[in-house]
Amino acid sequence: MSHFIDVCALDDIHLDTGVCALVNDQQVAIFRPAATEQVFAINNYDPIGKANVLSRGLISEVKGNLTVASPLYKQHFSLDTGSCLEDESIRITTYATKIENNRVLVAL
Amino acid sequence: MTNKQNLIVIGNGMVGHKFLESLVESEQAPNFNITVLCEEPRPAYDRVYLSSYFSGKTAEDLSLVSDGFFETNHIQLKLNCSAEHIDRQGKTVTTQQGEILSYDKLVLATGSYPFVPPVPGHERENCLVYRTIEDLEAITAGAKNSKVGVVVGGGLLGLEAANALKDLGLETHVVEFAPRLMAVQVDEAGGALLKSKIQELGVRVHTNKNTQNITDGDTCKHKMEFADGESLETDLILFSAGIRPQDAIARRCDLELGARGGISINNHCQTSDDNIYAIGECALWGGMIYGLVAPGYNMAKVAAQHISNSGAASFEGADMSTKLKLMGVDVASIGDCHARSEGALSYAYTDEVNQVYKKIVVSADKKLLLGAVMIGDAEDYGNLLQMALNNIELPASPEALILPTLDGAAKPMLGPDALPDSAQICSCYDVSKGAICCTVQDGAQTLGDIKAETKAGTGCGGCTALVTQVMNSELAKLGVEVNTDICEHFAYTRQDIYNIVRIEGIKSFSELLSKYGKGHGCEICKPLVGSVLASCWNEYVLDNKHIGLQDTNDIYLGNMQKDGTYSVVPRIPGGEITPDGLLVIGQVAKDFGLYTKITGGQRIDLFGAQLHELPQIWERLVAAGFETGHAYGKSLRTVKSCVGSTWCRFGVDDSMGMSIELENRYKGLRSPHKIKFAVSGCTRECAEAQSKDVGVIATENGWNLYVCGNGGMKPRHTDLLAQGLDKETLIKYIDRFLLFYVKTADRLQRTSVWMDNLEGGLDYLKQVVIEDSLGMAEEFERQMEAVVESYQCEWKTTIESPDKLKRFSHFINADKPDENVQFVKERGQIRPASESERMKKDNLIAIS
Repeated sequence: MSHFIDVCALDDIHLDTGVCALVNDQQVAIFRPAATEQVFAINNYDPIGKANVLSRGLISEVKGNLTVASPLYKQHFSLDTGSCLEDESIRITTYATKIENNRVLVAL
Repeated sequence: MTNKQNLIVIGNGMVGHKFLESLVESEQAPNFNITVLCEEPRPAYDRVYLSSYFSGKTAEDLSLVSDGFFETNHIQLKLNCSAEHIDRQGKTVTTQQGEILSYDKLVLATGSYPFVPPVPGHERENCLVYRTIEDLEAITAGAKNSKVGVVVGGGLLGLEAANALKDLGLETHVVEFAPRLMAVQVDEAGGALLKSKIQELGVRVHTNKNTQNITDGDTCKHKMEFADGESLETDLILFSAGIRPQDAIARRCDLELGARGGISINNHCQTSDDNIYAIGECALWGGMIYGLVAPGYNMAKVAAQHISNSGAASFEGADMSTKLKLMGVDVASIGDCHARSEGALSYAYTDEVNQVYKKIVVSADKKLLLGAVMIGDAEDYGNLLQMALNNIELPASPEALILPTLDGAAKPMLGPDALPDSAQICSCYDVSKGAICCTVQDGAQTLGDIKAETKAGTGCGGCTALVTQVMNSELAKLGVEVNTDICEHFAYTRQDIYNIVRIEGIKSFSELLSKYGKGHGCEICKPLVGSVLASCWNEYVLDNKHIGLQDTNDIYLGNMQKDGTYSVVPRIPGGEITPDGLLVIGQVAKDFGLYTKITGGQRIDLFGAQLHELPQIWERLVAAGFETGHAYGKSLRTVKSCVGSTWCRFGVDDSMGMSIELENRYKGLRSPHKIKFAVSGCTRECAEAQSKDVGVIATENGWNLYVCGNGGMKPRHTDLLAQGLDKETLIKYIDRFLLFYVKTADRLQRTSVWMDNLEGGLDYLKQVVIEDSLGMAEEFERQMEAVVESYQCEWKTTIESPDKLKRFSHFINADKPDENVQFVKERGQIRPASESERMKKDNLIAIS
């Protein structure tokens, strides 16, 4: 079990937006949906648009699933599982997160 | 191999050209050598919309000839070439220039000429007619030195000509021989009402006037003397006293003519000589000359099929019902409006207060509708026309069809289900009910879809209400529920959302969601609500409560490119920029290593900026006086302009000043989609205003306002909304237009598509914007004033807010750029490296 790494303050992430963090040389997109108290972390690389942009996507609820809509071509990626709603064969890496003392921690 | 047949067509007017278009569609077309003789200096143009020439349309705009039509179809077109003689034995045509051409088949599409009564003095200077573009040029020239203009003839064309004279700034009179206007289409009571309405609009109408002589005037160029001893002075006379078939060439070769002229034809449009056909206004069928374009088009198709042996169509007469707007007055006439059929009975309704007159003519047994007249309100036209054409049995009290409804009682409307599939819904483009239903079965769901597929409703627009009814009824039959909810979170249309936000004063997404929505929102409803909130309250879009609503571009106030970098576009109002401004942009681009390109909207786009560079770039631009260009927003983009009268030899007004003023007024207005403007300083139209959402063109009489055009995937030319405006009125109308669009359009709906889906189309828009039919004009102007006053440059606000700047960094926890962003050099500038170039790490440019 990998250990949690402190990334940023919770307040660094505006409510209902995402940020990108560099964690052990990995680009991690971290989202703070207004819908929950939780934060979510997935890989920042958009495998369809082929660019590191997912943290800049809109948080979007699709039939009860929290997703991020890619800012490039608008495919939805589940924040929970990393799967692409438009293309079942695509799934991006997700990471465990927790909030402690108003700090955001991610485990790779 | 078959020998080709020689086909000669005399005349290239609207009908003659329709014949060519129909013929080349046939598989037999390659078997003909086609020669067209056209006596005018230009090929076919739209005579129906001839009057739009006065409002700035050019001969080119009016052309009906698609690019390369004659060349592609190997048709030999001889312009300025009239036919002098037909030798029916030798089967040849001799042209005015003496050339002799032989034919196997000959089509006469010679049209008609305006009848000029043989009054002494009718050939004096400035005594003109209204039929060709050359005539219009003569009228424009003649009007320049005239104060008063008279139209002789109060028929449909005469009233249109009177409108043109009025628009040219002349004191306008109409002189009519008959006791009423539009004697053919309208009965006495209708004619009287029409006369009073037209007089109210500032055109003097003189009926029962028989012109005896035209001579020198005392105060004007001419004096017209009437049989009743009265006289009228005028500088310009326009004869519009009916048309006569252009049948002289047929007469000379002894083809059979009618007693009062017109070349007699059979149901195949053949004349008394089987090898010679006649179509359009020169042809006489069943004792009738058809002076409308639709029957002429029908004849063209029939003749083309018969000659090419490709169909069995036959001409069997045509309905002459018409509905039109004359100087803003609705006039409609159906079938036997004079109740001349045996035993015919009439019902009439007159409302002198609202100036409405309606009459229906029914059969003796009161079962069938034979005719109708409507003045002042022609809303029932579509309904009544279908009843008359399809012999639909009338309700027990036919008068209810024209009486106003009281106490909410429903008018006996003809449901679309009552119509047979063959019923013609759009007469301009001959679209049947069946064709519309098929389009719906193939997936069309909006009025815009139907228009695009069938062209129904794109001519005069009189049938749009009926088209919509047919479409909705067919959708219901198919069980298609048209869901207009914006998404799963809001069971409302965009317009509903707009009204809720405005009326309830809602200021945030979360407030709207908790009161009217469900769930947590998505990439459809969030930007939509963000845009509506911005349209209504114009708060800073990156405010904490709005930031999560902003889409790809708005959220970082830049345009995201394929590699995740951004492009930066400073506002350059009207495209006017000082040399110092250019130097600043150039230096910024150089310092940050950006790719630069001039945009179509006359500004400069700087590409390849990384997130962390955006605030640094904008700090420099804002310091030099630049503002955000909103290139990332669904909002006003640019107001393109020519230099106008300040520099140009041909400029009529200061388009440069106007474009800058308009751009500064509307910058920052958030809307359902991007909005582009242009201003041209004269009708040469170098700024291409007629392809923009809002186009303004300077004319001698003031500014003309065009709306709802766009380029893009489906280009659309603008429509003329108003003309001859002063600056204050122009701005007032644009305010109203923009806010009406912002209020009612769908998400991501450009003004062009919005207009195509607007029931009532341009006329309705004119009512809302010019006549204030919704009573919203003042409110719209007030709202626009609020938007103008609350404008802020979003980039200036952002660089002055340290907490906002924190977001402009690729990593929240590291001061490094995204190493995936790599550029190579091409033509002296950067461009994103391709995947393979990135892998090979060849020629990559070092990135700061």
